[in-house]
Amino acid sequence: MPVAPEYMQYPMRRYGMDQDFYTWSMLPRRPKVKWPNGANVALWICTDLEFFALDQPAKPFKAPGGMVTPYPDLRHFTTRDYGNRVGIQRIWRVLDKYKLKSSVAMNSKVAERYPYLVKKINERGDEIIAMGVDQGKIHYGGMDDAAEAALVRESVSTLRRLSGQPVTGWMSPAKSESWKTLKHVKDNGIDYVCDWVCDDMPFELRAPDNAGSLWAMPHSSEISDRKIIIDNKHSEDEFVEQIKDQFTVLSKEAAKQGGRILSLSLVPYIIGLHYRIKYLDIALQWLSKQKGVWSATGSEILTAFKAQ
Amino acid sequence: MKPDLELYDYWPYENRPKITWPGGARVAFWVAPNIEFYEINPPINPKRTPWPRPHPDVNLYSNRDYGNRVGHWRMMEAMDKYGVRGSISLSVALIQHHPEIIQECKDRNWEFFSHGIYNTRYSYDMDEAQERAIMEDSIETVEKATGQRIVGWLAPALTHTERTMDLLAEYKFLYTCDLFQDDQPQPVNVKSGRLISMPYSLEINDIIVYNSYLATPRRYGQMIKDQFDQLYEEGKESGTVMCIPLHAYAVGHPHRIAAFEEALDYITSKEGVWVTTAREIAEYYNKHYYDQCAADIAARKKG
Repeated sequence: MPVAPEYMQYPMRRYGMDQDFYTWSMLPRRPKVKWPNGANVALWICTDLEFFALDQPAKPFKAPGGMVTPYPDLRHFTTRDYGNRVGIQRIWRVLDKYKLKSSVAMNSKVAERYPYLVKKINERGDEIIAMGVDQGKIHYGGMDDAAEAALVRESVSTLRRLSGQPVTGWMSPAKSESWKTLKHVKDNGIDYVCDWVCDDMPFELRAPDNAGSLWAMPHSSEISDRKIIIDNKHSEDEFVEQIKDQFTVLSKEAAKQGGRILSLSLVPYIIGLHYRIKYLDIALQWLSKQKGVWSATGSEILTAFKAQ
Repeated sequence: MKPDLELYDYWPYENRPKITWPGGARVAFWVAPNIEFYEINPPINPKRTPWPRPHPDVNLYSNRDYGNRVGHWRMMEAMDKYGVRGSISLSVALIQHHPEIIQECKDRNWEFFSHGIYNTRYSYDMDEAQERAIMEDSIETVEKATGQRIVGWLAPALTHTERTMDLLAEYKFLYTCDLFQDDQPQPVNVKSGRLISMPYSLEINDIIVYNSYLATPRRYGQMIKDQFDQLYEEGKESGTVMCIPLHAYAVGHPHRIAAFEEALDYITSKEGVWVTTAREIAEYYNKHYYDQCAADIAARKKG
């Protein structure tokens, strides 16, 4: 099959981006940001609480961590569930040790299945970010618009109802969006989303169909236990090392260019394992000894950012 | 399809004419930042889909865009620190999208060469007119924006046709980065004119190292140093070329940049290293060694 003539045409070859979701902007040329108490680096720890259904549709693709073997894949189902029972407690104990705050990106299905976790999150004063309904319900280009609207509504309203929290943050399962996801989350009162990994700082997003603007928060897909330990197969020591290197560079940059964000993404069934949790302790102990670290939730960081 | 396009002749890596780089250097060292633009909703090529997920693949699209918004600046500052000018493998449409980046590179006297119009448009199955169109577009667009007549080519996303090399020579490109058969430049067999293969790398290329070999940043730094040590040693016999291909969306992350800087420090602190650009290597090679090497290859072919 030959290459079609439109393959040689470039209708979006123009200044800035080839889409209207956000404006082109170079990080080092932006105004300096100041964090509370003169901090250099805002530490944003975000833990995922996920539900992987045994009968996941796997359409149009499986979220990372999805079921692997033929039904019923009890092996992976229970491995993931371990995180929601055991792993998360270990993470919370380490956070408590260093008096660190965190955000929790949560499927609404987890809140329904495990009310204990919602209660505990509220007691800790942590923030809930809506992460769709469950990890099998992927948002994607070409999906039915009404179906997507229903998924977003179900996720956000369930989490608000069960937690009593305002729930202003959103992360799509597998960080996958359709062309309309931003409109749907904006329509449901969401203020920031965690799917866009093109920046180290917050930036403004425009929802389609003139639905208004919201923010992208730099939730990391790099400084993450899933990426470093599972995908890259690096050791736990190397995970700690990369967190330290991340901080060192961000902290130096912050001294010249204004406040930065260190986003640390955690999954309880990964870092919350018995033989791994020690390394989270080592990393957080080191970070909590550094000068100029401000531990905060996503919405706290965004509020401080927007106030400038 | 053919079993071999016979783009170059077999040429054993011993007893070749001795290359000495300017100043008596043993290694010609160049760094190739790929400054790319990936489209969110490109048309589909018959042979390759641009994104693994349905459009918009927000996750990977934004991963790529990190390079231009954030990573580029860290990479550029690291290179500045060690006096390394980039030879840019450019998605030519970036001239329209992000002229600020182009200006910064121009101000540093970096070289530009073409990496296609977008890294989401593949050459597979293009007819001759279509392939000529991307070459002409590249030459004209870069010249208009930078004053440089480009002389190098790395096919967009490494996608080729059987005629790519002949067309490059016809359009007076000096070098292609698309061939990986050697650690020294070599004449490419083209219908008319002259073209050489410029050693690039799909080994210490940050994308290969980070996304295929899944290396840690420190391991990447060590790989660069180890490759350098080997080519530096062999360069005593005959000058070698070492290229580090980069992508700001990979090397430009905070947790990775320090290891790269350290490797640059190591290489640029050695004697006998020509820190240069691909164009300068190609021009020097063509002036001093092309004929000698072509004759050696021809003589060995006769046996």
